[in-house]
Amino acid sequence: MIGMPTAPGRGVLETTLRDHRESGHKLLVPYVTGGMDDEWLVTVEAVAGAGADAIEVGIPFSDPMIDGPVIQEASLRALGRGTTPTGILADLGRLHVGIPVVVMTYYNLIYRAGHQRIAGLMAESGVSGAIIPDLPLEELEPWARAADDAGIATVLLVAPSTPPERIAAICRRSRGFVYGVGRMGVTGEQSSLAGSAREVAERVRAATELPVCIGIGVSTPEQATTVCEVADGVVVGSALVRRLLEGAGPVGAAEFVSSLRVALDGG
Amino acid sequence: MSGPHSGPHSLSESESELIMGDPGPSGRFGEFGGRFVPESLVPACMELEASFRRAWIDPAFRRELDHLLHSYGGRPTPVTECLRLSEELGVRVLLKREDLAHTGSHKINNVVGQALLARRMGKKRLIAETGAGQHGVATATAAALFGMECVVYMGAVDMERQALNVFRMELLGAEVRSVESGSRTLKDAVNEALRDWVASVDTTHYCLGSVMGPHPYPWMVRELQRVVGDESRAQCREILDGKDPDVVVACAGGGSNAAGTFAGFADGTSSVLVGVEAAGGAAMHNGIPGVLHGMRSALMQDESGQILEAESISAGLDYPGIGPEHAHLAAIGRARYETAGDTEVVEAFQRLSKTEGIIPALESAHAVAWVIRVAGTEVLPTGSTVLITLSGRGDKDVAQVRDILRRGETTPR
Repeated sequence: MIGMPTAPGRGVLETTLRDHRESGHKLLVPYVTGGMDDEWLVTVEAVAGAGADAIEVGIPFSDPMIDGPVIQEASLRALGRGTTPTGILADLGRLHVGIPVVVMTYYNLIYRAGHQRIAGLMAESGVSGAIIPDLPLEELEPWARAADDAGIATVLLVAPSTPPERIAAICRRSRGFVYGVGRMGVTGEQSSLAGSAREVAERVRAATELPVCIGIGVSTPEQATTVCEVADGVVVGSALVRRLLEGAGPVGAAEFVSSLRVALDGG
Repeated sequence: MSGPHSGPHSLSESESELIMGDPGPSGRFGEFGGRFVPESLVPACMELEASFRRAWIDPAFRRELDHLLHSYGGRPTPVTECLRLSEELGVRVLLKREDLAHTGSHKINNVVGQALLARRMGKKRLIAETGAGQHGVATATAAALFGMECVVYMGAVDMERQALNVFRMELLGAEVRSVESGSRTLKDAVNEALRDWVASVDTTHYCLGSVMGPHPYPWMVRELQRVVGDESRAQCREILDGKDPDVVVACAGGGSNAAGTFAGFADGTSSVLVGVEAAGGAAMHNGIPGVLHGMRSALMQDESGQILEAESISAGLDYPGIGPEHAHLAAIGRARYETAGDTEVVEAFQRLSKTEGIIPALESAHAVAWVIRVAGTEVLPTGSTVLITLSGRGDKDVAQVRDILRRGETTPR
């Protein structure tokens, strides 16, 4: 998006996703756990080149309580390889994928590093957004201020259980896009899409002009297409990470992301 | 029952001036506490807080709770003066006998309260985490009493060392789910219970077992355990001719029996409050502020913020954190936190058994061990008076201690 004017208060993440949306394009945000194997950076590049609009990179935490077995396993492997938050950010800083990178992690890693310090490191590494699922609206401000100052978009989540007035408040404070949680539960693949995924998408859609992406329980091209009848896009994590854990490698990961892309493009 | 616990509890302005009062809607104890949970759980935590606030000032709720704690739970539990141990140590040792409560520990106080609350909220399923199994057994008991479904998450390592408690829970009709993730102990059982709750929150109440987790749990569980401290204070005054003990001691993993005990003494007495952690799980000693399981508190963690695994002889104290109010009480100097190592704990376990005919839980033996170590020093001078909350009985630990003594394997930490 080099050379494109950035609207005041809009960072690279929001500008990019809005532009892609306005060009009639559904948004695809694949998730990869940082440091999960020797090839993870190659995977990120391959996935980015396979039609992703942004990529979410997990910074592994010892106690990933909103994650199901697949991301837990990937996190465990990453930590077993000596992966650290600053190591992931340094690696990302050497990467040129041409699409916005959003990191996903748990709050203790942010808190331990220091808000300003880690926000600065993210910005230096070219990261444009952060998702911190255990940092709800009421606890957000010390981090969100540091993130805003560093130009890091803090993406907030709306759950199926979130009441309407809260949805409005979350959407006002979210940056980049709004992450709609597709179902009540931890991350993981589902054989069928929860009815709540579409409902959340509708509720968030009605509350904000920001791009709306649905994640958690979106596993297949069909499910992604269904959700995107209402939502602007999808985040796909466990379905991709499971393939990586099973040895799909960068090529297999790119093939899967391509299949999502083709489906979303109506193919 | 008499004392401050039995009366209607009004949330007056004076409440916020108390050292152990109402933390308010933010759930903050100084800089600690809060509600660091995924958005999916925020509405449930808010609903729980609102329900607890209404129930706690409802005389009908309080009457039913007090009645159940009396007629079913065996309250009030006595305070026993340890004549032989006092003679040996040169200090006057009083024990608050939570080992005599139903299910063998103070955990029953909390679960009866939470089960009553769950029923009020229309929830028909209870989930719980457990370390040593005491909280799991208590939750399974309350679920049986109220006819609720019960699932208890327990680390695979803990299931091995507390096999008898696993069977007790099953006997009581609960399903015990083995937790194979992470260190496979209490911390991981909490993660797994939270994961269950995210998916089941409509029908399920998470019956958290200690003064930890997201608001309102640290406050709510402390209030439900306050009965330990309130009873103790009145009982000590009878025994000590209207005086309070010089020192009040309780073991602390998450810290629920310590919080309940301290709540009776923090305001209005000058008793020194001491929490005793396991040397291998000493969040107050080896931890620094961090965020885990919904709360900001002292946590054992590495330089990146990854949580470290606690390691103790006692499954109930095998937790890398501690309740946020304890971190606050330490920060303001109202309570101090000490540690006891495995070897002195096993010695204290045997000594209390032999001198008083009371077999303490290994958790509670940490508090006894600290008293034995410091008796006659300036912390606990000869002639002073100490109250120890004996949080539970040691039947569950007898086989483990036998094995340890046969192998002769405890080493000082």
